[in-house]
This record gives sequence, C-alpha cells and structure tokens, in this order.
Amino acid sequence: MSEITKEIRQAEDERIRKDFPILDGSFTYLDNGATTQKPKCVLEAVDNYYRTMNANPMRGLYKLSLDATEAYEESRETVRSFINAGSTEEVIFTRNATESLNLVAYTYGRAFINEGDEVVITIMEHHSNMIPWQQLCKEKGAKLTYIIPDEDGTISEEKFRSYMNSHVKLVSMTHISNVLGVKNDVKTFARIAHENGAVFSLDGAQSIPHTKVDVQDLDVDFLSFSGHKIYAPMGIGVLYGKKALLEKMPPFLFGGEMIEYVTTEGATWNELPHKFEAGTVNDGGAVGLSAALKYVSSIGFDRIEERELHLTKLMMEEMKKLPYIHILGKETAEDHHGIVTFTIDGVHPHDIAAIFDEHNVDIRAGHHCAQPLMKFCHTPSTVRASIGLYNTEEDVYKFLDALKKIRGEMGYQD
Amino acid sequence: MANTFYNEILTDHNIHPTHKYKMEDATFSLEGVNPSCGDDVVLYIKVNDENTIEEASFFGDGCAISQASADMMCDLIIGKSKEEALRLSDIFLRMIKDTITPEEKEELEEAGILEDIHHMPARVKCAVLGWHTMDQIFKDAEEGKVDKYDGKFEQ
Repeated sequence: MSEITKEIRQAEDERIRKDFPILDGSFTYLDNGATTQKPKCVLEAVDNYYRTMNANPMRGLYKLSLDATEAYEESRETVRSFINAGSTEEVIFTRNATESLNLVAYTYGRAFINEGDEVVITIMEHHSNMIPWQQLCKEKGAKLTYIIPDEDGTISEEKFRSYMNSHVKLVSMTHISNVLGVKNDVKTFARIAHENGAVFSLDGAQSIPHTKVDVQDLDVDFLSFSGHKIYAPMGIGVLYGKKALLEKMPPFLFGGEMIEYVTTEGATWNELPHKFEAGTVNDGGAVGLSAALKYVSSIGFDRIEERELHLTKLMMEEMKKLPYIHILGKETAEDHHGIVTFTIDGVHPHDIAAIFDEHNVDIRAGHHCAQPLMKFCHTPSTVRASIGLYNTEEDVYKFLDALKKIRGEMGYQD
Repeated sequence: MANTFYNEILTDHNIHPTHKYKMEDATFSLEGVNPSCGDDVVLYIKVNDENTIEEASFFGDGCAISQASADMMCDLIIGKSKEEALRLSDIFLRMIKDTITPEEKEELEEAGILEDIHHMPARVKCAVLGWHTMDQIFKDAEEGKVDKYDGKFEQ
C-alpha cells in the first residue's frame, strides 16, 4: 500500500465526517464498542423505506407488500455477501447479537446438548455469550468450561487444544474481546473443535465493524452480530448458521410467518430462514443494516483497519508515557482493534468517565458486561475508549488532553 | 478548563478520608452495595448508653462521590442521637432528590456541597449509598434484626 500522508488522511477524515450528521464537533465520541453513530445513507435508507414501501413483508398480495418483501430479501443478500455465507437461507435476522446467541443456545443447545456433555467458552466472553450457556448447562446437567487465557488475553493453539475432549459438543467464543481488544485465532480453533466433533459458534459483535469476517474462510458453524455496532440502527442483528445445522434445529419463537401449515392440533415449520423469524420482522432495520454494510464496504476494511490502527497506536503510545495509567491486554496496538481499556491509579472509573464527560469526551466506564473477566484482571471496573471508522487524530488528542487533567482534577499533585 | 464538579472539599474527603477504617467494636455494621456501578461500602456505627453516636466509620470501594459522601456523613453524625442522624439523613436525601431550604442545607455542613448531584441522575445512587445504609442500620435495629449484621463484615 502506498504511504498515507497527512494530507490524504485529513481529506479522508473530512470526507467520512461529513457522512455522519451527529458528529457536529461538539463532542468526541469514543464509545464505539458500545454502539456506533449512523451515516446519512443509513438514516436515509430507513427513512425511504418507511416513506415509500412500508407494508408487512411476506404477507400482502399487493405491490407495496411485495416491495417491502423485496427490500427485506435484498438486505438479506447484502448480509450474505458481506460475511460470504453460502446462501441467504443461512442468514437469519434477529434483534441483536444477544438474541442470536440465545437462539443458538435455546434451539441447538436444547436439542443437542445433553447430560454429561461439555460446552466450552472463555473467561473473556460478554455476558450475552456466557449466561445463555450457563442456563443451558444448568438445565441439562451439562458442564460449562471456561478457557482461561494468559494474563494478556492470549489463547494459544496448544491451550485451546488442552480444553478439548470427547465430551465437548459446542464451543462458543468471541472473535474480538470487548474489553481486551485481543483477536482470537478462531479459524484454527474452529478447525480443532470440528476435529473434536464439536460445533463452533462465533460471537462477532466486536469484530464485524473492525475486520473482514468470512464465515466460509473461518469455517464457523454460527456467527452472531448486532447491526448497531456496525453503523446500522439498533434493533437489527444477524445469526448466520450452516444450513445443515439450521435445518435440524427446532424453531426459536412461534407465531406468524414461521409456520407452513397450521391445524388446531399442530403446525409444520416454514422453510429457512423464515423458520427462525417469527412475527412481523424489522424490515426498516434490515434495510438500514444493508445500507450500513454497503457503506462500510465502500470505505473498505483495508482503510478502516489502517485508520483505526493508526489512532490506536497514537492513543496507546501517549498513554504509556503516563505512569499512573494501566492498559489491559497486550502491549501492541495491533492486538487491540481500536479497543483501549484502562485504569488510572487513585481514580475510580466512574469519576474518570464523569470528568471525560465534563470535557465532552464520551467513553465507557464499568464492568463492560464481562464481570468474570474483570475478576480475572483483578479490577472491579475499568474505563474503555473504543475507536470507530470516523474517529480522527483530533478526537484522540481531545481524549488525551482530558485524560491528562483527570488526576489533577481529583486533587492529586503529580 | 471544564467546570468541574469535583471541588477541593470533595476530592479531599475522597483522597484523605477521616473516617475510612474498619471498626472492631461497632454496635452495628452493614454493607451497602450499588450493584450496577459496583460501589460497595460497609458502614460501622458505635452507639453509647446515652443513645449518642460515639463513633462512625466506613470501609470499601467506590467512586469519589460515594466515598466522600460517606466520610462527610460520618463527620456529621458523630455526637448526634440516632433520631438526629435520621433527621439529617432525611434532609440529605431530600436535597439530592428534591429541594431543601437554605437553613436545612446549613445543617448538612460540608455534605451540602453535594447539592448539585440533584442535576446528575447517574450519580444519585453514589451520593446516597452511605446515607441509605445508615437509615437501614437503624431500621434493622428497631426491628431487632441487628444481630444478623453485627460483625458480619469484619475480617
């Protein structure tokens, strides 16, 4: 790749910032790990859907409903292409990653995990990829095992292998940790899990906005992600599943659109993917997600990764100069994927977040829905700055300026 | 420089608290927790035969607001009767949630600086944690439930 000069970067910044109406310069948004801002094209796509083609998709036999159905199914095709799924039958729209993961635990889990079986997850999972498995295992009398990474978050191939045995029927793991920012080698782990006879479920909530996720290349059995973390509206998410697995899984929710034929005695299930989409769907959300994925593709992951790494490096290098700051996870910016979680000696994370807020810098404080990981890191809570594709050097400098004032504002004389 | 809520009185109570320690011979002790943000304090109160709060302390983790508020509360209630302490707590909670008169604010002494929390809904729980815990201690004592907590959190 040719060198990215300051001028090229600034021009690109300017072009991208113009796409996001909310980013008016009055605040610095660095909470992208929680949710992202929406580009104009997404807002317009949703608006256009409700203005010109809103009807209940897949129901009415009139033009408007057919338009709505077409918009919905086109969105599904955009998702399929974005994650390189084999067919649109393998793409199920949900509310968010949490619902997708629950769908897998409720349907695949309850049908195929039995007493004495083992489910393997990691200590760095978000609660949404932990509690569904805890509940399943409790209900079934199955064993839930947590992979404990090295101190910096590394899970080596050897370590992963050591957790495999003949009882392991399912592995569910995050692609990128929402706290440490570390990326797991899921391609290798999925292969090992398969050799061991287990299915592999991937939580892509944090990876999907930052890096290319190709389900066929990674060869994962399930992929869950939320739209709102990749510049789409809230309330739309995706579950990818391999067709052979989805076909043998029972439905998740029951009701309209998921049935083929109903009598008073029972029903037969609709074909994929509708079997898993009971009730009126979120068509406007799906259209918004499609627009968001096209937007991300138009910028391209080469540029997104370079931009985000450039800023992560800048942020981490400056933070390392402050002896009272401790960054969780690995030393190298390459292993953070835009997520920088830290503590400040003597200042509670909620006070840190409050002072950042006084400086109009939006970051996250708390346990990040990963309490067991916080315990593993020996801290009850932390502060997280997370970078998105629209962040700029200026955002990072504003963050650093506020950061350097915090101990002083809390009464310390450094 | 931003207009910070963290003034010197508050930060001083947080960094150099007067009453932050475990009390071995407390009459009552009770743990108060804000599960959503992780603030966690144990409040210790020693009451003498004349029904006067002879000593009050707290110990635990939490943000500056929770810690400073608990420290200022201990300052205020030492030497007061249980009834007087509860009356001050009522004033404090009304200050955080509603409004109080200038005379009432005066009675709260330094704790009156937390009045601005009124405009910070996310931090209300931090500010009232110690005070709620004190109310609960006396409520439990009245209902004869004290034994349940007595010494439980001393390690």
